[in-house]
Amino acid sequence: MRLTICHLYASGMNVYGDRGNVIVLAQRCRWRDIEVRIVERGVGETDPMHDYDLIIAGGGQDRDQIAVSDDLQGVAGVALRNAIEDDVVLLAICGTYQLLGHYFKTGGGVVLPGIGVFDAWTEAGSRRFIGDTLVKTNLHDKEGRTLELVGFENHSGRTFLKLGCEALGTTVIGAGNNGEDNREGAVYRNAFGTYLHGPILPKNPSFADELIRRAVARRYGTDSARTLPPLDDSAELNAHRRIVDRIQRRGRVKSGAT
Amino acid sequence: MRLTSAVAAGKIARVVSRRLGLGGGSSVPGVVAARVDPDALGKLASGLPFGSLLVTGTNGKTTTSRILAAILREAGWHPVHNRTGANLASGLTTALLESANLVGRNRADCALFEVDEAVMPRIREQVRPRVIVLTNLFRDQLDRYGEVDYVASLWQRSLLSLPRDVTVAVNADDPALAALGQRLRSRVLFYGISAPGSNSLDRFADSKDCPICGQPLQYTVVRYAHLGTYACPSGDFRRPTPDITVQSIATRGLDETIIESTGPFGARRWTLKIPGLFNVYNLLAAVAGATALGVSGDAIDRAVATFQAAFGRFERLEVDGRIVYFALVKNPVGMTEVLRTILHEPGDKGFVILINDNLADGTDVSWLWDADLELLGNRCQFAVVGGTRVGDIAVRLKYAGVPPERISTVESIAEGLDAGLGSIGAGGTLYVLPTYTAMFELRQIATRRGFAGRFWEN
Repeated sequence: MRLTICHLYASGMNVYGDRGNVIVLAQRCRWRDIEVRIVERGVGETDPMHDYDLIIAGGGQDRDQIAVSDDLQGVAGVALRNAIEDDVVLLAICGTYQLLGHYFKTGGGVVLPGIGVFDAWTEAGSRRFIGDTLVKTNLHDKEGRTLELVGFENHSGRTFLKLGCEALGTTVIGAGNNGEDNREGAVYRNAFGTYLHGPILPKNPSFADELIRRAVARRYGTDSARTLPPLDDSAELNAHRRIVDRIQRRGRVKSGAT
Repeated sequence: MRLTSAVAAGKIARVVSRRLGLGGGSSVPGVVAARVDPDALGKLASGLPFGSLLVTGTNGKTTTSRILAAILREAGWHPVHNRTGANLASGLTTALLESANLVGRNRADCALFEVDEAVMPRIREQVRPRVIVLTNLFRDQLDRYGEVDYVASLWQRSLLSLPRDVTVAVNADDPALAALGQRLRSRVLFYGISAPGSNSLDRFADSKDCPICGQPLQYTVVRYAHLGTYACPSGDFRRPTPDITVQSIATRGLDETIIESTGPFGARRWTLKIPGLFNVYNLLAAVAGATALGVSGDAIDRAVATFQAAFGRFERLEVDGRIVYFALVKNPVGMTEVLRTILHEPGDKGFVILINDNLADGTDVSWLWDADLELLGNRCQFAVVGGTRVGDIAVRLKYAGVPPERISTVESIAEGLDAGLGSIGAGGTLYVLPTYTAMFELRQIATRRGFAGRFWEN
């Protein structure tokens, strides 16, 4: 089996270690003898995207987000929307998550249009939400247990999901989308958006496998997806548990940014 | 009168905090003095006959400042220098207080301040330096500043208003800094590396677009990350010719870097006893700062010949019959360069990697995934990992391709050091890579066990 991972906007939206998500997916595939091809795709490229099996996009700085918004108003946005409608698996973090909604309104009142794949919008707020975050999702692992995600959020954008837009989960600890409605992230078909950095996948191996399984199912059928061999996740789960324990012991770790 | 009270209060605070063991009082006296007289820093600094120098940037402030302090002392000056890590206003004030008398007159004749890059503009206004040395601008401590561009714009706004008689030493190999240097009205001394090199672009380049028109820059040589020899294809911007440059670099293990340079001081050959390309830049930055003050080439020669590594900055110590190198890690570029420097020497290496996420380390450790730990892959004899984020670094190494049986975790810094010493065996060389607060803990352990090179870094 072979999967193609597209690292989208890698050179601009790469400020928070989110390339780790690509590394984790690629390795978890290779450890299962699934061949992996990684394609980096930037602003200005116009090829269709539905041949990718996974599209991974990270967070970035303001000026890079403007460039991405511009790019998505053209052919690239159409290609991305088509790919998502075609059930390509996608994980978008922070700045790219925001642009999968209808728009992002900056602190200065500038509106950056998105592609409206998530029925949601984002506005910059005055506070920055920074710290460890624990999210209870609606997903389940192979044993049927609810997936809880641990990560680190760092955003001043407040995302609001419209009625009918599915969230990734509810926040157990942390602000989540907007610090008000307890929801975190968004889901549409196989596209996931979230504010969780960390990066998100290393300490949430079941979620990484959920993405891989959906990609395998789409290209090779549900039987292949179901029979994906398990991996030894003791290191990842250990790291996950340490953070959860620490949050429970002393509350979420923040930092001194404004 | 106010200054006198401020100085007195500060000196008392220093005695008290030392007695109470509050970490050597690196900043407390300054905080106290500033409460009494908010202008304490400016007033104390203006009393110095030879003025002040500021060193700022993302990486290299500490080493650059130490080399520069050594050069100034060889030239017969008496600089006061703030302690490592105490590079906010309170730390600078503390340094001046220590050598000041009660009316604020100073034993020292000049000040050399290592300044946190976000705070530099405010310090610059209070202290009015003669020389400002800019090392580089990289991503660092995202949770503190939020955005890299923020620091660059702060610097621009501050430095554009500098008077003409201030000299700014600028790294010509850093495009964002070079562009800034070209815009300044004040005197600018460019420094850079002109030795032969290759041009494969590093993944880190967070500043590889033309600062004038935004097009991607073309590099003929890449030193590391976004540093190198570059030009914009549109022709509107290129690396400025440095006034102080290095034509050749040779190494002898991790113990010597042999440099041939040219500048206002003529042609020189220096043997620096610390490794790494980043330290060639630190040396250049210090030399540029000293040259701006008119210091002689001979004073530079003498300082370089006797310069030794600081604790935690590729310092080599002998512990229990092993050779141990300590190299601080704190951001992707720095960690990658540390690994590249170590792995430049053939053979598999034994590592102790200690990652804390206390405030001073940066509470967001995602930078580990931007560091090129894949370099370790199959060159890692063993990796003992520890620190408050031991889980994260263990996972990172696993995905970087280090065989899981070679990764072991420990629950304390001391345990990590001992496990590393045990695994490397007598006569072996161990590489310890700690973050900032883990390094402090190692220093305490080193002092307790009697193998520290120097007591409290100066």
